[in-house]
Formats: sequence, structure tokens, C-alpha cells
Amino acid sequence: MRLDEKYLNGLMIAGLLALPLWAVMADQPFTITLVTRAVILALAAVGLNIVLGIGGMVSFGHAVFFGIGGYAMGILAFHAQTYTALELGLFTTDGTKFMPVIWLVAMITSGLVAFFIGLLSLRTSGVYFIMITLAFGQMFFYFAISWAQYGGEDGLSIYVRNDFPGLNTLIPIQFYAICFTLLCVVLFLFARLQASPFGLALNAARQAGTRVETVGLNPMRLKLLAFVISGAITGLAGALFADLNRFVSPTMFSWQLSGELIVLIIIGGVGRLMGPVIGACVFVALEHFLGELTDFWHVYLGVILLCIVLFGRGGLIGLLTGKEGAHV
Amino acid sequence: MSDPVLATLNLNKSFGALKATDNVSIDLKPGEIHAIIGPNGAGKSTLIQQICGGLRPDSGQVLLCGQDVSGHSTQARAQAGLGRTFQISQLCMEDTVLENAILGAMGAEGLAWRFWQPALKRPELRDRAEAALERVGLSDDRDICCANLSHGQRRQLEVAVALTLSPRVFVMDEPMAGLGAGGSKRLTGFLDGLRVEAPILLVEHDMDAVFALADRISVLVYGKVIATGTADEIRASTEVRDAYLGDAA
Repeated sequence: MRLDEKYLNGLMIAGLLALPLWAVMADQPFTITLVTRAVILALAAVGLNIVLGIGGMVSFGHAVFFGIGGYAMGILAFHAQTYTALELGLFTTDGTKFMPVIWLVAMITSGLVAFFIGLLSLRTSGVYFIMITLAFGQMFFYFAISWAQYGGEDGLSIYVRNDFPGLNTLIPIQFYAICFTLLCVVLFLFARLQASPFGLALNAARQAGTRVETVGLNPMRLKLLAFVISGAITGLAGALFADLNRFVSPTMFSWQLSGELIVLIIIGGVGRLMGPVIGACVFVALEHFLGELTDFWHVYLGVILLCIVLFGRGGLIGLLTGKEGAHV
Repeated sequence: MSDPVLATLNLNKSFGALKATDNVSIDLKPGEIHAIIGPNGAGKSTLIQQICGGLRPDSGQVLLCGQDVSGHSTQARAQAGLGRTFQISQLCMEDTVLENAILGAMGAEGLAWRFWQPALKRPELRDRAEAALERVGLSDDRDICCANLSHGQRRQLEVAVALTLSPRVFVMDEPMAGLGAGGSKRLTGFLDGLRVEAPILLVEHDMDAVFALADRISVLVYGKVIATGTADEIRASTEVRDAYLGDAA
């Protein structure tokens, strides 16, 4: 059976709408939390997909941006809930519990960090690029562990979820609505970006860098901007993830998380619009259902990953639509 | 005589003890095809790379329209009007023929930093790309994925991408490489007409094509230009015969 990719994408979105609504009716709040988790991980992976899928850069350090988003939320909300001032050099703030501001701070901070990490690491490629991004990830991880002011190894707990005008974010379905909407917006932007001249040039830089140079474009700059956009999106996901758990800790910076984001994309389909979404859903489902049966559920994830890498280079989307994915 | 569009002045490049480019001064005048020939390992590719920006010369200059571009990057030279084709096709294999041509059009129009409107729906890019495909005869194949093209079609596309740039000078590294007799002949006819648009610096092993096309030929041996002249002069030169052509001429 071969599905048209458009229908498959529509089906996925419909499923992400229907499942939580069913859960509300069946009074299954935990299911909503699971789907929210999948949607947020998908959002983070859509960010990574710009770099990995279109630009062909295997970033093994995207947890940096996820963590920065998480800590942006954690720090701002911590100061707001403890009524302490946050000194930022020139100015002082009392923190905030207002989501849009938190998102903006998360995106700007992770975008800036992505700029500097990209500036250094994009000088390399292949294995060296993987290693240097991993090294940045570890730097942030150990920095967070030693950052005693914000909980160090224990992390930070935020007692009440942050506010969004007009919504009660503590009700799972309402928080889900926020995350789902953001995912849809970012997916739409991803689709536009992929088809735009910038996306075409970035995609070409992955396939034939020399060609891009000979038509007068600078592949480095294309990749750097992609890295910044990607970092900002993953940062946004980090802020949501911290809000979902009402908790942020150094594990958000861990290399395992960077790896999981890559795995999500490979399962779903590298460079595919909905690849990260399918990947995240499968990942969270396995984590939950197999995790109930055995602590060693990663073994099964490994087998699935192995099969996909060996037999279906286009991930699950490639398998269902009969088209191969992007080669990285 | 009109000023050369492209010239190298006393270009030198060594790799360790090997002198790959030895004091090479060649030029390309408006409207001409200047062919560079020479045996394998003569330093043709090294020379092309220095002209196009992939390698920095140890000394000497590369002049493009009278401007010294020796220190410029590959993309700066492309923007200054240098259109290059590769010996081994450098194409985006997962993209369609049209998308490959659009990439060139984006470079020419300076339109890579647009994030909203789809590249394929921008009329200025599409027109430029389709005009180039039309000229090399790939119009009907515009939606084919590049990986599914025949070798000959890839060579055509390689030329088409260079055409989208509307360059002031073409540098073509073995455009006939791997083409059959028919394809070679067709491309020869095409390049013959192209010289009036922009002069061509042609590196080629296909001697039939070289002698049919070139207004001037330079022979490169061990990094040195041992002779420059018209096809007849080069054929008649005993030095060239000994070094390279053998009995072929």
C-alpha cells in the first residue's frame, strides 16, 4: 500500500487532534500528558530536522538548545515564584510567569547560543562536527550541574505552570492545545522554509557544497542561519517541556537527549515534514507501553532503528509513501 | 586587440617538490574559445582550480575582466561573472532537473535569502532556469530527479546550470567527458554558438572537439605552457607532437 504523503500528514494531524479529545471524554488525563510529551519532542525534532534533514548537519548537541529553553523557563519562573530579583547586568527583572515572554526569551537565547556554536562547529564536518557539537552539549550539561543557584544537579521545580492569557494551563487539554498549536505553526513554517529559495539552497549545500559555491552562494552562511533557526525552535520546545513537567534539570542538556532527537527523526524520516512527528509518537508510545513491560525497552527501540536504517532509508514515512528520505 | 576577459599572470603552484603550475600566463579574449590540452597530470585541473578559487596560487595573479581576483573566494568569483562546469558533475542528485537549474538562477539573481515564497513559484527564477534548460534541450525532463538522468543528460544539465548564471566567461573542465560520439558532436555544436555570448576556457581531452572549436590552443606539460597557437600551428608543432599529441594529429 502506498499512501500519498499529503494524506499521511493530514492523518497524523487529525490523529493528534482526535486522541486527546477522546482522552478528555474518556477521562484519561494521563493519555493527554503522553501526547503532549510526544508533541513537544516532535517540536524539538522539527527544529533539529532543519539542520539534519535539510542541511545535512548531524548535530549531536541539540540538547543544548532544549536545555537552554528549559532553563529560560525555569529561571524566569523561579524568580517570579520566589519574588526575588534577577540581575542581568544592566537591568533587573522579577522574572515572569507569562508564557509568550518565556518563549521569546527561550528562542532568542538559544538562537544566540546556536549562532556561536555554529560559528565554531561549522568549520568542521562529518565526524568532527558530531564530536564538537557533542562537546558543547557536555559543557552545558556540566555547567548546569554545577549551577548551585538554580538547583545544580537536583534541578528546579516550578510549582504552578506558567500563564497563558485566556487559558487555564493546569488543565491538561488546554496546555496541550498550546503545544499542538505551536507545533502546527512551526510545521507550517518548516514547509515554507523547505520550499523557499533558502531551503532549496540549504538542501543543495547538503548535497553538493561545491555547486552552491560555484553559483555564487556561501554554504557556510546558509548552514549557520539554519543552525540558528533550528536552535531557536528546539529552545522553544525546551521551554514547553519544562512547563509540562514543571521541572527543569541538567538532564535536559544530556547527550542522551541529543541522541533521542536524532533517533526520532530517523524513525520518522529524515528531512520529511512530519518525520519528527511520527518519530516522536512512536518513541513516546514505545517508551510508555514497552516501558511498562520491561525496563529494557530501549532494546526494542534499537531493533526498530536497526530495521529502519537497514531496510527503509526514508523512515516510517518513506516506508508508507514509498519514497526515500534525504541522504545525510 | 580587445582586452582579455580572463587572464592568468605568471601563476605558480607547487605541491612539495612538484611544480604543478609553472609560471603560467594565458588569456582569454572576448568571443573566443581557448582550449587547454595536455597529458594526464600536466596540471590542468590545478590550473582550473586556481582560476575558479578552489586553490590559492603560490604567486601570480588571476584577472577577471581586468580585476585581480586572486584573493577572492569561489563564490565571489562566481558573482564577478565566472561560470564553471565540472569534470565530474556536481549536481544535487536528489533534486529535480528544474531545481538544479533554479539554484543557479538564485545565485544569479541573488535571491537565496528568501524564506517565504516557494522557489519554484518565483517567476524570475523559473524563467531564467527554464530558458537555460530549453537551450541545452532538457525542457522535457525538468521534473525528472537528477539521480535518474543519464550521464549525457547530467553533462547537459551541468552546462545549463552555468548558463543560468549568464556569466561573462565560461570555464569548462572536460564537458565532453564520458559522452558518446553523438552527444559529443551535439555539445560541440552548442559550444560553438556559445562563444559569442561569453568566451570559453575549455579543458578537454576530446581532440576532435578541441580542433573543431578552439580559436587558440595552449598545451600544458609538467605545469608549463609549452605552446600557444591556432589549431594548425599546434598541429604543426613538433614539440607538441613529441610531448603530447603523438600520431593523433
